[in-house]
Amino acid sequence: MTAPQISILNGRLIDPATGHDGVADLHVAEGKVIAMGPPPAGFEPELTLDATDLVVCPGLVDLSVRCREPGEEQKATIASETRAAAASGVTTLCCPPDTQPVIDTPAVAQLVRQIGERHGLAHTLPIGAITQGLKGLTITEMAALKEAGCPALGQADRPIRDTQVNRRALEYAATFGLPVFLPALDPELSEGGCAHEGVISTRLGLPGIPEAAETVAVARNLALAEQTGAHIHFRGLSTARGVAMLAEARRRGVRASGDVSMHQLFFTEEDLKGFDANYHLIPPLRTQADREALRAAVAAGDLDVICSDHQPHDPDAKLAPFPETAPGISALETLLPLALRLVAEGVLDLSGVVARLTLGPARILNLDVGRLSANHPADICVFDPAAEWTLDEHSLISQGHNTPLLGSRLKGRVRWTLLGGAVVFARQ
Amino acid sequence: MIQESQESPQLDAHGNLKHFLTIEGLSRELLIEILEKAEGFVSVAQQAVKKVPLCRGKVIANLFFENSTRTRTTFELAAKRLSADVLNLNISTSATAKGETLLDTLRNLEAMHVDMFVVRHASSGTTHFMARHAHPHSSIVNAGDGGHSHPTQAMLDMFTIRRHKGDFSRLSVAIVGDIMHSRVARSQMLALKTLGVPDVRVIAPRTLLPTHVEEAFGVSAHHDLREGIRDADVVIMLRIQRERMNSALLPSEHEYFHLFGLTEKRLATAKPDVTVMHPGPINRGVEMDSQVADGERSVILEQVSNGIAVRMAVMSMCIGTQNSRAQAAGEDHV
Amino acid sequence: MSKTETWKDPEQIAEAVTQMARDLRELLEKRGLPNPLMIGIHTGGVWIADRLHEQLGLEEPLGHLDISFYRDDFTRIGLHPQVRPSYLPVGIDDRHLILVDDVLQSGRTIRAALNVLFDYGRPASVILATLAERSGRELPIAPDVVGFHAKLESNEQIKLSGPHPLIMLRGRIPKRSATQAPQQSADNGSRD
Repeated sequence: MTAPQISILNGRLIDPATGHDGVADLHVAEGKVIAMGPPPAGFEPELTLDATDLVVCPGLVDLSVRCREPGEEQKATIASETRAAAASGVTTLCCPPDTQPVIDTPAVAQLVRQIGERHGLAHTLPIGAITQGLKGLTITEMAALKEAGCPALGQADRPIRDTQVNRRALEYAATFGLPVFLPALDPELSEGGCAHEGVISTRLGLPGIPEAAETVAVARNLALAEQTGAHIHFRGLSTARGVAMLAEARRRGVRASGDVSMHQLFFTEEDLKGFDANYHLIPPLRTQADREALRAAVAAGDLDVICSDHQPHDPDAKLAPFPETAPGISALETLLPLALRLVAEGVLDLSGVVARLTLGPARILNLDVGRLSANHPADICVFDPAAEWTLDEHSLISQGHNTPLLGSRLKGRVRWTLLGGAVVFARQ
Repeated sequence: MIQESQESPQLDAHGNLKHFLTIEGLSRELLIEILEKAEGFVSVAQQAVKKVPLCRGKVIANLFFENSTRTRTTFELAAKRLSADVLNLNISTSATAKGETLLDTLRNLEAMHVDMFVVRHASSGTTHFMARHAHPHSSIVNAGDGGHSHPTQAMLDMFTIRRHKGDFSRLSVAIVGDIMHSRVARSQMLALKTLGVPDVRVIAPRTLLPTHVEEAFGVSAHHDLREGIRDADVVIMLRIQRERMNSALLPSEHEYFHLFGLTEKRLATAKPDVTVMHPGPINRGVEMDSQVADGERSVILEQVSNGIAVRMAVMSMCIGTQNSRAQAAGEDHV
Repeated sequence: MSKTETWKDPEQIAEAVTQMARDLRELLEKRGLPNPLMIGIHTGGVWIADRLHEQLGLEEPLGHLDISFYRDDFTRIGLHPQVRPSYLPVGIDDRHLILVDDVLQSGRTIRAALNVLFDYGRPASVILATLAERSGRELPIAPDVVGFHAKLESNEQIKLSGPHPLIMLRGRIPKRSATQAPQQSADNGSRD
């Protein structure tokens, strides 16, 4: 595919990497950004996009998007979910290794990458498993996984029980300089739980997951990161204490980072009261105080990444009594509107929230994405921050309709998405 | 975050009981109405023909995904005394694991025109889920869902307490035992607080008390039996499941009885006219000794008979609500 | 009832009850029914039965009957808001019963009351005494002893208010809310 020459005119350009935030034109050719402001001499765009009153920012980078392929195509496919990603302004997405088969061999990693490339709607990056079959017993061929295109390794949401294996896996991953995504969940303390252990779980009689399930896992992995020098990244922190422990370790120079799933910044345990399975999440929705602390950590930069933690499901997965349902939200398409709501609610400014969705995750992956400056890949999201719309079954593009926001009015909608300089999504 | 006006999962637009899922969200007035209706049904047991024709032609299915002969029997008897036809379905969990989902089961029975489902299930929230997906003309009655709720048991306990103590507003009620896993205790705490009982206490070792129980239910927590039941008007003992010994919650039945088992001697700190209750079945020598269980202050058997009247009241109220909905537009004759 | 007026005042009612007691005594003698059992239908019927019971000097205590569980309109309007326990102090098998109600109109209450009685046992006979009787019968039921015979339009209604003082009210039912009015009255809510 040869990328056309494109000019995006008169938009509010936000590039967190350079700190640029202001109205300017942007010019794209050969898959790269070539200039900001006036076009280079002789530049003749084949396509001009009028971005007046729109925001132009780097394409979003999402560290956790489950496409369910291979293995669970009844829930979703790479085709369906990268289409949803393109419509949501997400140009780079990481697929956790808990597919069937697990992404623990170069073959599966390449498969995910290649299917993504074939559809050409988003960079589809496999996260390789650090233990075979995610079983937490034997480490994987991490060098080969890196070779096959995994920018990071991880355990999806399955913590390693054996501390020694945990340590070895981190040590071996550090050999190749790969970051390791870890769930902050102690396997025993969280076993059987489906709700934050607190007032609401007590009232509803739901099996709880205590705060300590997170803090024990954070403490253990921080200690191992310190011991091994590995770069660990906590995927989806949910508690105030967990985040505080991470921030404290970072101040001491431990190579650790963390992210939060967007819905953790909005929903709380209170939302479980009606037993709506769309609020069944792992880690669970925590308290109001936790939510405020997570917001504060995002604002302060202790958490420099926000994920969608997109988990599409088939309807049957949610049609059961709450504890028996599969956890997770179909979240790609609400990522940007909720990010704008953070701005509207004064948590951080637009440039700050864009940074958490672009540059922040790009740095974790150590990839040349999430920037708008010249000579960087032209992965670009152009959105209308004022557009109001209703999320419903017709507007959803993801195959998963499992979101508690179904039927809600949302503000902020993607107009164009460019991937490698080509328009992969345009809303009429 | 997104707060729509949450409509009640169990009341219709006029505030009438459509399903009976939980005590949560029900007003004091409605609880009193249930208790008073139940008083009316007590006399049915004194009739030569122990039946009233209220639910004639209605089909009530007992859908028990967990075994419980006793609860099922009292629901069955209640339904039969209302002249309903009763289907008993004991669905072992393995059968549902083989494929048929809960929703399939519900829809199949609805296709057979079942009007009411009495449901017991091991997962909290099951009856909320079923009520959300039930046909508008069928009712769900919760006969126990996971650790969440067992509202008819709580109401029969309230009925029994009212018969013995009259006024709720001056009572001290102590609930002793495995509060953590007890749907009965949760429903009792909600009902007692809704009915205006000022002093509700829960007594257990810390492993059997759920986190934040005081805040969640407005009760006080105690770890010493004698202190906990001091001057109590009512002491409710809960059943201890044997499997608690295998999950590091309790060391042994022996130590539990030694610390929390109810004996005549320990009961001495409670009020002299204390009423002792237990939802049954009792583990004699674990939760209480036989002297207390069979003693004059125990009303355990009375609880069982009251259960029938209370369940008749709840079932007929729900079916009555269905009827008035069905006939909302219809004309009545004078 | 929208607008109500007093139809019979306490004095007139007391007179009628005395007359009913005389008629009942006569009837009992004529039929040769010693030691009958009196049963009032909740709520108005119990008020009248109370007075009749006293005037007749009956030995057995008065019984109360609640017909909520036997009403034929449960399938239309649900359970009556006020259910009181029925109270039959002695067995009714082979006994002669005097059933007392306040107003007889359609006859549906009496039908329900008879059903309740027969679920308690098999009485030897039942006499029906009502304070007032009016047009509108829908079932083949006739009173044996009556206080007042009312001549009313079909959209008019009478109801007993009490227990102290006992007053019989009369009013017109607005056309459309005719379905609601009977439930809200102080009597057993049935349509007669």
